[in-house]
Amino acid sequence: MSNPEQLRYSKEHEWVSPVEDGVATVGITEFAANALGDVVYAQLPEVGSTVTAGEACGELESTKSVSDLYAPVSGEVTEINEDVVNDPSLVNSAPFEAGWLFKVRVTSEPDDLLSADEYAAHTAD
Amino acid sequence: MSSTDAPRLRRTPLDALHRSLGATMTDFAGWEMPLRYGSEREEHLAVRTRAGLFDLSHMGEITVTGPQAVALLNYALVGNIATVGPGRARYTMICRADGGILDDLIVYRTGEHEYLVVANASNAQAVLDALTERAAGFDAEVRDDRDAYALLAVQGPEALAVLKPLTDADLDGLKYYAALSGTVAGVPALIARTGYTGEDGFELFVAPGDAERLWQALTEAGAPAGLVPCGLSCRDTLRLEAGMPLYGNELSTALTPFDAGFGRVVKFDKEGDFVGREALLAAAERVAAEPSRVLVGLVAQGRRVPRAGYSVVADGKVIGEVTSGAPSPTLGKPIAMAYVDAAYAAPGTTGVAVDIRGSHEPYEVVALPFYKRQK
Repeated sequence: MSNPEQLRYSKEHEWVSPVEDGVATVGITEFAANALGDVVYAQLPEVGSTVTAGEACGELESTKSVSDLYAPVSGEVTEINEDVVNDPSLVNSAPFEAGWLFKVRVTSEPDDLLSADEYAAHTAD
Repeated sequence: MSSTDAPRLRRTPLDALHRSLGATMTDFAGWEMPLRYGSEREEHLAVRTRAGLFDLSHMGEITVTGPQAVALLNYALVGNIATVGPGRARYTMICRADGGILDDLIVYRTGEHEYLVVANASNAQAVLDALTERAAGFDAEVRDDRDAYALLAVQGPEALAVLKPLTDADLDGLKYYAALSGTVAGVPALIARTGYTGEDGFELFVAPGDAERLWQALTEAGAPAGLVPCGLSCRDTLRLEAGMPLYGNELSTALTPFDAGFGRVVKFDKEGDFVGREALLAAAERVAAEPSRVLVGLVAQGRRVPRAGYSVVADGKVIGEVTSGAPSPTLGKPIAMAYVDAAYAAPGTTGVAVDIRGSHEPYEVVALPFYKRQK
């Protein structure tokens, strides 16, 4: 399993893209998707709502469980991935690409986001 | 490595094989079992449309033999085992004296005076203890055979075609809920036409040392038919769609078979007394006079998934509780089994909701099972 180098990662297994024009894309990692199993329902934050780093902002349901989705950064949600809402299995098939979850206009980010290597070490424990 | 106080989990004879297949393992009833190998949805659909291969070696086998084996079983269990012919099987339950369900079981008659009792892994010790205690005074032996068997299951519409080339046993003549001794891929096996998926299929009881060879032979023989290894996750959604109860979810010591809607397995007209008889007679009368809660099916109108323990609500009050819930791969929407007040139990009842973490999601009451195979 390889974690893209250009992304940064939370210990709660979300990834966040480099900020472009103030906006970053957020998703969950392949590690998290594998741990969840088939995702069948994604409740994403509403566009226009404010999310806070480290706090729950939605949930992902799989066959066996439901997991909170944590915001890896703080800011205003500008877009959600409607494709994932309609077909949550994208989270399993392409967690770093077509399975992205939402975009956020970043107001602040925690200083403990992990690099790809650090995240790989975190999940190897 | 640090030592821990956690009890050591048991592993099946196929443990290394599961890991080599990349299975996600899970703790289940004291065992480390494969939860899924890839997508549990794909595994589920494989069993519904083709075939799936399961390791069920955690199930608890108990052999009962002797001239009074049948008398003992009739005393210890709620069913009438005297009507089980040689080579046939019976779904039944074992209850406490107060009528509470200790476990649900399948009893195979494997000889004139020999029966194989298969208990749930979580209850195997309790069932063994109860049978042993109840055997006092009977000319019968109760033997713990949990380590004597590995159990593999081939389930799905292609199960017969997969198994047939591997055995000389007369599978076509083997009826549902029947079993015979034979050889499969050179491995001596008790071949049973039983399962927990709602599909046609077979369960193969074999020596633990033969399990891996049999698994490999079945994998190879099943490949052209699309057979895939299947974990406990899809086993649970398959049995839920088929409306089959799971001990610990739909069944417990707090319920009698009548409360659980399985009163039909209790046979009062059999010869002799049996453990729980008096309490079960009272339970039958009580439920007939005024049914308390009734086990029903629920189908979601939305997409949020109900889980065991969630409240069922209607008319502003709690009217029941979900016992099992999952997204149904076959129906394409969430389903659940739940105990609800009798007034809300009729199929077609609407206005019922499940409290999913504070949000009341609409559900419709339906008759069980959710899925029935076309024969």
